Amino acid sequence: MLDIIRYVYMLRPVWAVLAALFVGAGLIAVSGVNPLTAYSELFSGAFLDYYGLAGTLVKTSPILLAGLAVILPLRAGLLNIGVEGQIYMGGLFSTFAALLLPPMPAMIHLPICILFGALGGGLWGLIPGYLKALHGLNEVIVTILLNFIAINIVSFVVGGPMMQEGAPYPYSDEIGEQLFLPIVLPGTDAHIGFLVGLVLAVAMYFLLRFTTTGFALDTIGSNPQAARYAGIPVRRYVMLSMFAAGAIGGLAGALEILGLKHRLYHLFSPGYGFDGIVVAFMAQLNPLFAPVAAFFLSGLKAGALVMQRAVGLESTVIEAILGLVIIFVAASLAFTYNRTFWKLLLERRRQVEADLGASMGEK
Amino acid sequence: MKTFALQLDRVSKVFGDFRALNNIDLRVVAGSIHAILGENGAGKTTLMNILYGLYQPDGGSITLNGQPAVIPSPSAAMEMGIGMIHQHFMLVDTLTVVENVVLGLPGQGLQLSLAEHAARLTELSQTYGFDIDPHVEIWKLPIGMRQRVEILKVLYRQANIIILDEPTSVLAPNEVASFLEGLKRLRDAGKTVIFITHKLDEVAEVADRITVMRLGQVTAETEVASITTRDMARMMVGRDVVLTAFEKPDTPPGPLRVVARNLSAIDNRGIQALKDVSFEIRSGEILGVAGVDGNGQAELAEVLTGMRAPSAGSLAVDGEDITALSVYDRRHRIGLSYVPEDRHHTGLVLDFSVMKNAMLRDFRVAPFSKNGVLDMRRAREVTDAWVKQFDVRLRSVDQAVRFLSGGNQQKLIFAREVECRPRVMVVMQPCKGLDVGAIEVLQRAILSERQRGTAILYISTELEHILNVCDRVAVMCAGRITGILRPQDATDARVGALMGGISEAESA
Amino acid sequence: MEQLFDAQFMADFLGSSLRLSVPIIFAAIGGVLAERSGVFNISLEGCILGGAFGAAVGTYLTGSPFCGLMLGITVAGSVGIMLAMLAVGLGINQLVAGIAINLLMVGLTSYLARLILGGDATSTLPGFHPIALPGLASIPIIGPVLFQQDILTYLMYLVVPASWWFLYRTPWGLNVRAIGDYPVAADSAGISVPFVRTVCVIVSCMLAGVGGAYLVLSQVFVFTEHMSAGKGFIALAALILGRWNPVGAFLACIFFGMSDALQLRLQFTSPDVPYQLFSMVPFLASLLALVLLSGKVRPPAAIGKKYVRGGK
Repeated sequence: MLDIIRYVYMLRPVWAVLAALFVGAGLIAVSGVNPLTAYSELFSGAFLDYYGLAGTLVKTSPILLAGLAVILPLRAGLLNIGVEGQIYMGGLFSTFAALLLPPMPAMIHLPICILFGALGGGLWGLIPGYLKALHGLNEVIVTILLNFIAINIVSFVVGGPMMQEGAPYPYSDEIGEQLFLPIVLPGTDAHIGFLVGLVLAVAMYFLLRFTTTGFALDTIGSNPQAARYAGIPVRRYVMLSMFAAGAIGGLAGALEILGLKHRLYHLFSPGYGFDGIVVAFMAQLNPLFAPVAAFFLSGLKAGALVMQRAVGLESTVIEAILGLVIIFVAASLAFTYNRTFWKLLLERRRQVEADLGASMGEK
Repeated sequence: MKTFALQLDRVSKVFGDFRALNNIDLRVVAGSIHAILGENGAGKTTLMNILYGLYQPDGGSITLNGQPAVIPSPSAAMEMGIGMIHQHFMLVDTLTVVENVVLGLPGQGLQLSLAEHAARLTELSQTYGFDIDPHVEIWKLPIGMRQRVEILKVLYRQANIIILDEPTSVLAPNEVASFLEGLKRLRDAGKTVIFITHKLDEVAEVADRITVMRLGQVTAETEVASITTRDMARMMVGRDVVLTAFEKPDTPPGPLRVVARNLSAIDNRGIQALKDVSFEIRSGEILGVAGVDGNGQAELAEVLTGMRAPSAGSLAVDGEDITALSVYDRRHRIGLSYVPEDRHHTGLVLDFSVMKNAMLRDFRVAPFSKNGVLDMRRAREVTDAWVKQFDVRLRSVDQAVRFLSGGNQQKLIFAREVECRPRVMVVMQPCKGLDVGAIEVLQRAILSERQRGTAILYISTELEHILNVCDRVAVMCAGRITGILRPQDATDARVGALMGGISEAESA
Repeated sequence: MEQLFDAQFMADFLGSSLRLSVPIIFAAIGGVLAERSGVFNISLEGCILGGAFGAAVGTYLTGSPFCGLMLGITVAGSVGIMLAMLAVGLGINQLVAGIAINLLMVGLTSYLARLILGGDATSTLPGFHPIALPGLASIPIIGPVLFQQDILTYLMYLVVPASWWFLYRTPWGLNVRAIGDYPVAADSAGISVPFVRTVCVIVSCMLAGVGGAYLVLSQVFVFTEHMSAGKGFIALAALILGRWNPVGAFLACIFFGMSDALQLRLQFTSPDVPYQLFSMVPFLASLLALVLLSGKVRPPAAIGKKYVRGGK
């Protein structure tokens, strides 16, 4: 019995998602659409159709990477709200590398583009890391402000210096075709980005679970004072983890440009960085669960458009449902498994049942 | 017949499986000073929290001035005329004295009339011989003054029963006398004072009646005049207390190991907390540091362990200057161990398992890891061995350390800090809040480290503990070492003078 | 250059600075209140958005901007209730709860706005119009700038000193300050920490909601998706810059408002430079202000920490 209760606890995010979908059904019903029809259109459109699945996988790439970019520093207690900005800087830097470097073989050029993206995001992530470590500035507010700055920088660059001539709205020249990422599902846009995310998720799992670095990060996240006491260089880890997170965010941006957009657009990320926060909490900060959460979330987003076409429901409802998901997931985290409490409760119940049984027997 | 200001009948309180209070009876005569005596964990504080409405009793009844009473909350307690002075002051540092006093005062209306309250407060403080400026911010006041603010706070609310929880533990010996005088003045003004302590001499000096508690039960209640301190101690501990020191093997001290020269440091507020501190510790020697809490001891420990950079001075171990070394290097290259004062916030990660806490100091080196990869299997073996050796009571090494008792948590820390075979050990307040049994285990562990040749700095506010184990005693006051004595010379009077800041040179 | 000294130009510049400051002033005052009680209110952004949405819907449905204002405050207040439940009641990390609420509000207001306001979202709504205060409005230059404003600006003139008076001159303000610094002491003095924090958070969100309503009812007269556009976060920077004091926060907001007015002016005067270069100015100014001030200000000591009686 105790084990069952423990599993129920472990599946908290699943219950939270179901609760969010349930409340979301109410939102759908408000606009006069049958929620069941809407949801079935959404899920079949996202997961059961070849092109739909490809659309889901395309979104999984940035959302999964963004999730990982939130998870890593959060293990050290740092809330990285700046993934969105890091994605933009990653996209910007990889576009720089793709368009401005002298011609060279794609075998060399492509990795350079990807590395540039990671570097751009990493440096952008290092700013809040540095300010936190050496000035004690709250990383949440700094990363939020940096998001707005990064988005405006990209808009400025593609609206001015790098804007394609005669473009109807701000975007850059197209990158060379040899730099396009390989496609996984033929005939679709599904590039290898999500596989990169998957590999990174597994690698991060091993890093956090089995290495001294993971141990140090978790110690800082649980009790920074004890980490200092244990001789862990807290400031260095704060900066490093924010740099690494920024690099992952930058990677997400780079892959988005190289794999899908093939040129730098202004506002090219529709809030993937914030979806990463949802993913991180749904996965309960475990990188192994992140791909599942990201895949599900991407499905919701990709399916939303199918749903809009099929039943005429505004696709923005999905944004509202995602908001509900993170609220419910966050709320579910407040309920921690307390073995003694449940044991006492079960024993008391058994006692009551035994007493009842005894009194029944007397009659 | 005497009137009882407060009467408790068969009051009980249970936390989970733990019976904190078991059928407590208590009778407090109005207008008297009543001491409640007991060791740590005897249930004194739980009892007081019940009287103050913070906890509800699970059984029994409370009678207040002859009327049956239920105390649902602290504010209700205050309305009934019960005032409580906690061991940790309930004062907001950034607010002024008068703001702290009127905080939560009912019936103030719309506007805060601080000037009016300040005037009444000054009047009140003069009545009791307290001399306090009502407009000064709390953080600028010395500890003794803050305690007076606490007392003024309850007097201002017209409390008739004043409960004080371990009030003298934060005071220097010379402050204690004037504090006890203050208690007598309160009694003479007709107040009932309940005074919780574990210090026998204070009880003998000031209390009229006494209740002795042990393990959640009352073992005696009597007039103070009719009982000797020896009997009090026996009833408090449950057996005759042998106050003789441990058998300290007379090993000759080894070579000079730790040399601290003119160390100074700034605390978190930016105030100089450590001033020009110099001392030496030999291998196999225990140097005790006595003093009232907050006189630079914490900063001294942090400077030694590398958690706080000194603003001046130098530190050397075995001739090597370590002033600039990081915490990591001190721990691993120099072999420095540290048992910090605050188990919960510094020494342990409460949400981590026992095993991960055992790894905390040395997780980057063998046997806990190799080339940056953790070796959980070896870690489990090592932890199991330590748990057995130090008698840490637990359900499993995977259990979160949060759920261990204070004594077992401290034993785990000791295992970790001793088993790495340190050359230098800094131990701060290791026995705070522990029962007699655990204290004995820990003091033996410290002595066997001494035996092994470790240089040990033992910081404590309990002079008795220090005299028990130390080879020499340094006394700190206001960030300086005011004197270093041999235990046999450390009489209460001498140590008291040093703690009060009168250094040997001046007094001589 | 001589343009700068032109009186008309100055009046215009100050006027637009004030208009751009008003919403962040409301939000920042709300933020001060919540943070002085020890609760981070990252969801100010969501509250502004909720206030704007409520104001638009209320006005659209009833035709009365006053009803719109009331609905805006109600929506923002409900956001406050939600934050209080999550952060004070359940004790979830206050930052996480605030961010979750912001994400929810973005999605919810976009969806419901399309549903309720539909295609009419572009047609303008009735709003508040400037009322000249007799006498005061005729003072040269500053008269029209300060005293020819709409009712919400006048409300702001009241809210700033009132919140200062509340925090520093009333017993409740004392309670709030004590709880933000050392809740244990407040609890032992018989003050309910969760109650005070809950009230502070809800009022905080309602104030931010007024700021959002101002955007719709006094500035642009339409609701657009994500129209809060980071104003809540600038308000957070402003209240740090103002050292958690309502008057300080007010001055910081005026500074941010001026930097915003300046960048709009630059967009106007240099049309060949992409405007994004200028629109990052307020965010850059906030960031620089935070960096320059870091280490010099001390937030309320108990901020961000959930309060558990007798907790370890």
